[in-house]
Amino acid sequence: MEQIPLEHILLLGAVLFSLGILAVITKRHAVVVLMGIELIFNAANLNLVAFSRYDPSLLQGQMFSLFVILVAAAEAAVALAIVLRVYQHFKTANVNQIVTPEK
Amino acid sequence: MLFYIFAILAILSGAFMVLTRNLLYAGFSLLVTLLSLAGIYVLLFADFIAVTQLMVYVGGVLVLILFGIMLSSRVHDKSVLSENVNTVWGPLVSGLLLVGLGYTILKAEIASLPWLLTADTDVLGPQKSTVQSIGIKLMTDVVVPFEVASLLLLIALIGAAYIATDKPKV
Repeated sequence: MEQIPLEHILLLGAVLFSLGILAVITKRHAVVVLMGIELIFNAANLNLVAFSRYDPSLLQGQMFSLFVILVAAAEAAVALAIVLRVYQHFKTANVNQIVTPEK
Repeated sequence: MLFYIFAILAILSGAFMVLTRNLLYAGFSLLVTLLSLAGIYVLLFADFIAVTQLMVYVGGVLVLILFGIMLSSRVHDKSVLSENVNTVWGPLVSGLLLVGLGYTILKAEIASLPWLLTADTDVLGPQKSTVQSIGIKLMTDVVVPFEVASLLLLIALIGAAYIATDKPKV
């Protein structure tokens, strides 16, 4: 079985990272911003796993990507809870309509 | 060959996630992206990571995101459509980022790095999966991060449940 060239994996990671950045910048709904952040996490994970192939005895990249997945799961749970509270309070989940009224 | 199919699938569904205005379509195209990334992990000899990706992302995070969409917008009216802002600066910044990263990756000639050429790429070795070595490492080398991670998950669980409850705070 031939090896997948490392550049192609890294380029795929770069494309996914840019798409995640694009979603974070251009979207107004908070949940889509979260999806963009998940895409960025996955791009980073892809690079870690790709380099871990050259480290078969230690597997440090794979261990690191396990912890990245774990932190991403915890982050998604807390962030969605905050989004729900914000939606109940402001009646919108658009990130640029959330303003505290002047007292 | 299979890698390129998965890669094209991941890029197309990621682009669709960014381009579509419907939140539910965005969620389901993120599902396709995560599934094809799990396939790529299998091709990179990371079977345990691929299964973790399927269970945590596809089974957990994506269900959470779909719940978040359904609870924070009414599906039958316009609030399920997400509007775009920064339509000039967003594509500009991410396009420049993509060009910069791609130029760096292509110029760096990563495949001819000395430590990569001498590296042993026989990941599987005598055993047929990485599960055993990952389990041994989790209990020896990285046992402290492992325990801290369990504490982090507990804190995130309690915190998310506390934030999302309706009861008046004491």
